[in-house]
Order: sequence, then C-alpha cells, then structure tokens
Amino acid sequence: MNVMKLRPFFLVFSTILLLVSLFSIIFWKFNLSIDFTGGTTWNLNIPKYSEEKVKQIFSKNNLEIKEINSLGDQNYSLKFADINITKKNDLTLSLKENFPDFKELKYESIGPVLGRELLQKTITAVILSSLFLFLFIGRRFRDFSFGASAILAMFHDTFILIGSFAIFGHFFGAELDSLFVTALLTTLSASVHDTVVTFDRIRELKRQNYKIDWVQLANQAVTETLNRSINNSMTIIIMLTSLVLLGGSTTKWFATALLVGVICGTYSSTGVAIPLVLFFKKHSKKNKFI
Amino acid sequence: MTNRKKTFRIFWTIVGMTLICLVLNMPKKLPVNIHLGKFNWQHDFYRPEINFKLGSKEVKKNIDLKYGLDLAGGSSLLFDIDTSSVSSENLPTALESLKLKIERRINLFGVSETTVKINKQQDKYRLQVDLPGVEDINNAIELIGTTAQLNFYGVIDDNLFETATSSADFQKSVKDIGLNGSHLRLSSATINPNDSQPEVSLEFNEEGAKIFAQATKEFLSKRIAILLDGQILTAPVVNSVITEGKASISGSFDSQSAKNLSVQLNAGALPLPITLIQPSQIGATLGKDSLNKGIFAGVVGLILVCLFMIANYGRFGLIADIGLIIYGLITLSLYRLIPVTLTFPGIVGFILSIGMAVDSNILIFERLKEETRKGKDLKMALESAFGRAWDSIKDANTCTIITGFILFNPLNWSFLSTSGMIRGFAVTLILGIFIGIFTGVFVTRNLLRVFIREKKI
Repeated sequence: MNVMKLRPFFLVFSTILLLVSLFSIIFWKFNLSIDFTGGTTWNLNIPKYSEEKVKQIFSKNNLEIKEINSLGDQNYSLKFADINITKKNDLTLSLKENFPDFKELKYESIGPVLGRELLQKTITAVILSSLFLFLFIGRRFRDFSFGASAILAMFHDTFILIGSFAIFGHFFGAELDSLFVTALLTTLSASVHDTVVTFDRIRELKRQNYKIDWVQLANQAVTETLNRSINNSMTIIIMLTSLVLLGGSTTKWFATALLVGVICGTYSSTGVAIPLVLFFKKHSKKNKFI
Repeated sequence: MTNRKKTFRIFWTIVGMTLICLVLNMPKKLPVNIHLGKFNWQHDFYRPEINFKLGSKEVKKNIDLKYGLDLAGGSSLLFDIDTSSVSSENLPTALESLKLKIERRINLFGVSETTVKINKQQDKYRLQVDLPGVEDINNAIELIGTTAQLNFYGVIDDNLFETATSSADFQKSVKDIGLNGSHLRLSSATINPNDSQPEVSLEFNEEGAKIFAQATKEFLSKRIAILLDGQILTAPVVNSVITEGKASISGSFDSQSAKNLSVQLNAGALPLPITLIQPSQIGATLGKDSLNKGIFAGVVGLILVCLFMIANYGRFGLIADIGLIIYGLITLSLYRLIPVTLTFPGIVGFILSIGMAVDSNILIFERLKEETRKGKDLKMALESAFGRAWDSIKDANTCTIITGFILFNPLNWSFLSTSGMIRGFAVTLILGIFIGIFTGVFVTRNLLRVFIREKKI
C-alpha cells in the first residue's frame, strides 16, 4: 500500500483543518467558562419558571444575568458576575418569595484571579508535557527529527481540538473549562501514543534492512500498523461515544473533546508525523539513523 | 514439563487474585435464594471486613468506594490565607495550627469525611475545605469563614462596664491584658464533675498561659470580659489565680449554650485571617444522576468493546475480554484499598483507560496475525508476538504516563494545577495504564498459553 503517495493530499487536508481552526478562533473566539473568566454559575431547579421574573429579581439586586441556559427538567443554569455570599443570600431570599419550590443544584463562584491562574497553569503544563515528550521520543529513537515530528503532529492535533471548540462553542454553546484543559493534555499524550507505535515499526524495519529507502520504509510501517491503529482507536472511540451520548450533561463536552483529540491523533500519526519525518530526512544532509 | 507447570501455577495465581478482587467488590450484603423444586436454599453473604491483627498491629480498613463532591454532593470552599502578619519562620506552625483549628471546628458540627488542605500558589497560600453532604453552603461558610477577632479584657470599672453604650465608655471601663485568640489553643464544652453543670473550658498555649496567670492575679475576684469582634460574649468573675493555662467558665449554661460559646471561642482563635474566594456547591441529586449516567455509559461502552474484540479476533478476542474483566476488578479493588476518591473526571479516566488497556491486546494480536502469516506455528507465533509488541506497548504507554504525572503534579508544584478534578482524572488514568499493561500483557499471555491449543486462527 503506497500511503505516502497521498502526502500532498494530507498536506492540503491538514492545512484546511488548521486554517478552519485558526479562523474559527479569530472570528468566533471561545465560550470561556467561569473557570477562566471568573464569575458565578448557579444551576437551579425552578418549577413554574418565568425568565422575566428571574431577570427582574436579579436586576432588583443590581445584577445582570449574562446567560440563562435551560438544562431540561425545569433545570436552569444562570451565569453572572462573581458575587459574595451576602448577595447570594439576598438572591436566594427573593427567589424563594417568587418561586417557593425552587431548589439549588449547583453553585460556583470564582474570582478573576483564579481564572488567570488556570490559563497560566494550562500553558505551563502544555509546554512541560511537550518538552518531556520531545526528550523522551528523541532519546528513545536516538534521532531528534522523530521527536520534532511527533511534537509538531501533537501541536497540529491540539490546535485543531482548540479550533473545534471555537466552532462547538459558537454553534452548540460548548464551554472551555478546566475539564477541557484536562482533555487537551490527554490529547497530547494520546496523539504521541499513536505516533510512537508507528515510529517503533519504522525503527524495527530499518534494523532489518538498513538500505531500504525512507519512503518505502514509511509505507511498509504504516501499512503494517494501520490495522492496529484503526482497531485501537475504534475501541477508544466506542467508549467515548457512549459517554458523549449517554453520560449526561456534566461530561458531554469533556468526552467530546477527548473524542476529537483521539480521532485527530490517529490521523496525525500517519498523515502528519510520518510525512514530517520524511521531510526532515530529505532535507538533512546526514541520513543517520539508529 | 516445567514450563507448563509454571504456566499453570501462574494461571491459578491469576484465578485466586481474581476471586479475591471479586469478593472485595461484592455488595455489603448479598442475599441468595435458590428454589429448585423441593430444594430450597437461602443464605445471606456478607462482604468480609478488613479487620485483623498482624502481630501486635491492628489492621482495619474501610473498603467502601469513596466518592468526590461532584458525585456525592456537598460544598467546597476555597479561602485565601493572609500570611502578612506572621514572620516566615513561624509560618509553618501557624499554617498547621490553622488547619487543625478548621478541622476541629468542622468536627464540632459533626460533618464527616471532610478534607482540609493548604495549597501554595506561587507565594500565596490557599485553604481548601471540602464538605461532602453539606448542601447548605451558607451554613458551611459561617461555620468556617468567621474571621472573628477574639480578645480578652480585664474589667476595671464594673459600673461603667455594665452601662457602657459607646465604645469610648467601654474602652474606659476595661484594660487590654494583651490576650487574644491566637493564644487560645482550644475551647470545649464540658461537664463539671462536682455539680454536673455544663461549663466551658479554655486551654491556652504557653505564652497565653503566662499572660493569663498574670491577668488572673491582677483581676482576682474581678471580671475578665471576652469579646468576639467587639461583641461581649461573656464576662466571668475570676475565682482563683490560674497558672497552668487551663480555665473553665461556669454559670448558667445549658449544654447547648455551653457548646455554642465554645464554638464561638474557637472561631475567634484562628491564627491567620482567611477570606473566601471560591464557594461551590453541588446538590446530591445532580451528583447521583451523573454517577448513574456515567456508569451506564461505561457499561454500554464496555460491552460494545468486548463484542468488537470478539468480532475482530475470535477466541483471542474472548480471552482479551476475560483479561479486560479482570482489569476492571483489579482496578476497582485498588480504588477501594488505596483509597482513590472517585470524581466524575476520574470515571472518565477509568473509561478511557479501558480503551487503552485493550490497545496492548490489539498490538499483540495484530502481531500474532503477522507471525502466523509467516508460517510460524501458533505457539511460536504467540511468544514472538508478545516479545515484539512489548517494545511498542512500553514506549507508547510511557508517553501517556509522562502527561499523567504532569496532570497529577505529585510534587505539588505551584505552577501546575492542584485541582481535585484534574488530579482525580490523572490518578485513574495512571493506575489504569499500569494495571492495563499488567492484565493486557501478563494475564492474557498466560491465559492464552493455557487455553489456546494448536489450531489455525
């Protein structure tokens, strides 16, 4: 199977994906959750709900509701600026007057400092992970063009995941929260996980036949690992899809993010990482390996 | 053949281990009813408790699964700690004492399984308090967050003290004896052994004891007023000079008012001021709902994965599925034994790691197909498939473990996240990978050696 013949196609495909991601991020930006921006999320169960009344109660307390989402079953999610606990008590009292049967489901209020911290920490974690993975792969394959390719493929996946959430955010109201950060970091490892298996095969084939041409080598390695790659991704995709569809609202977007990450990771090991290795090999003078 | 013997020994060890895990994971009470014609058998099985003596050491462990706040419901409060008033060498003691006092305060109100943690964020300190089951967040905040100042004053002018309406009058009527909340180690409600009346006991630290001894000498037969945030709590008369730092206030207390006063006294005794920055609360119904949905999704996914493996790899797939079930049992047992507190992201980590655990098997089986295609007999092919797949399994999983550790942040680096949600995910992911390698490689290999005989795939 001459998969590497498709390299121009991969290049175009990845470029389109990256551009779409870039433009979605620029035009639609993100739907940042209070984890990043600071603010309050208050989920309530309100029988005999009236949006007008709720808004009135808030404006009486000098608060503006930024967003009201219906969660189904008379459950509503309200978003507004971060407030102190006395203010919350006032709101609870006035809500109780108007909706005697209302129940609190979830309340979270985050100051803006914590939000900035999360962003900082996410970036640190991504840089740290990339650095460690780069060093590990570089060492393991004794060739840093492998390390660099794996890391670039990983950034490709990460960027598409972030871009996809600009799209999901715009059309379906998906939020970037601390769980998204976790999914992002997991994507880093899932992406590299898949790439490493194919790299391993290249190393093994190269050992058996030192003179073999790089393109031929890549083709053979991809062909031999393709089945495994697809089957493995299938099992993870099955697990995550069932979570997306059946897992309830709390983790729907978390599982979706992981799903996008895993699918990207499977594609990028063949479509990005290996073409990059071939590119590096073609342009480096020394064809040294192992 | 010794090799065969060894394989069987390992096989029975695996069977034994699986049975132990099965017992650990059975429900607390399992009623069994068997009706077969005339035969009737009824017996309730109980999960054995871990409670035995090992030499002189008593081993006791609660192996119930622990659920985090997002699943069990409850409140979580994050406070900023103001450390500006304490020098850096005294800071560790002050922080430790703060933590102890908060824990004590919560315990007084009878909330169980709370966690109180102090995190360092760059140069700032934060106090995190998790209260499972406490749904009234206002009550929780009052319980912990009262940043009251407790002060002791000697009363010099009794009449003025009684009638004082302004703070200026009050200041004239008393003398500050330099004793405050930071000197108070503990206050509790007790019963006087002589007249069995409720009273409130006070215990001061070393410095406090000295000041208090001096004050009781100076104000013997006079009153000492105790103020919380400028409000007079009580002003008992000093009956004797107290030198050892332990005093008790008696009077017209009932057991409730004695308890309230001691709680208030403890409340004022925080060595460092704290301010609430992030309250959050999750209702128990919401938690239970997410848990049930998560488990349902996991079970459906697992069944589909098992079917997928059988469809793709036939009897090998079946063995891999058995390995997967053993994987699940070992993982759950470890959650109980370590114990791992399950959060929703944790469950997702577990579900994700199931997918990864199957990966080892897929790698091996694909190798196996290749090797048999080359014309090797099954036994040879099996051994070389395991050998060759091992390199890939090792490298690929190392990458996941690297990110897993960065997420878990075991050294509590302040520039990385210490959030419970993210950690919960990392813990189950890391555990899942190690157990997955164990069952995917070691367990299935031995199962295959025992069950798979010569026959073409």
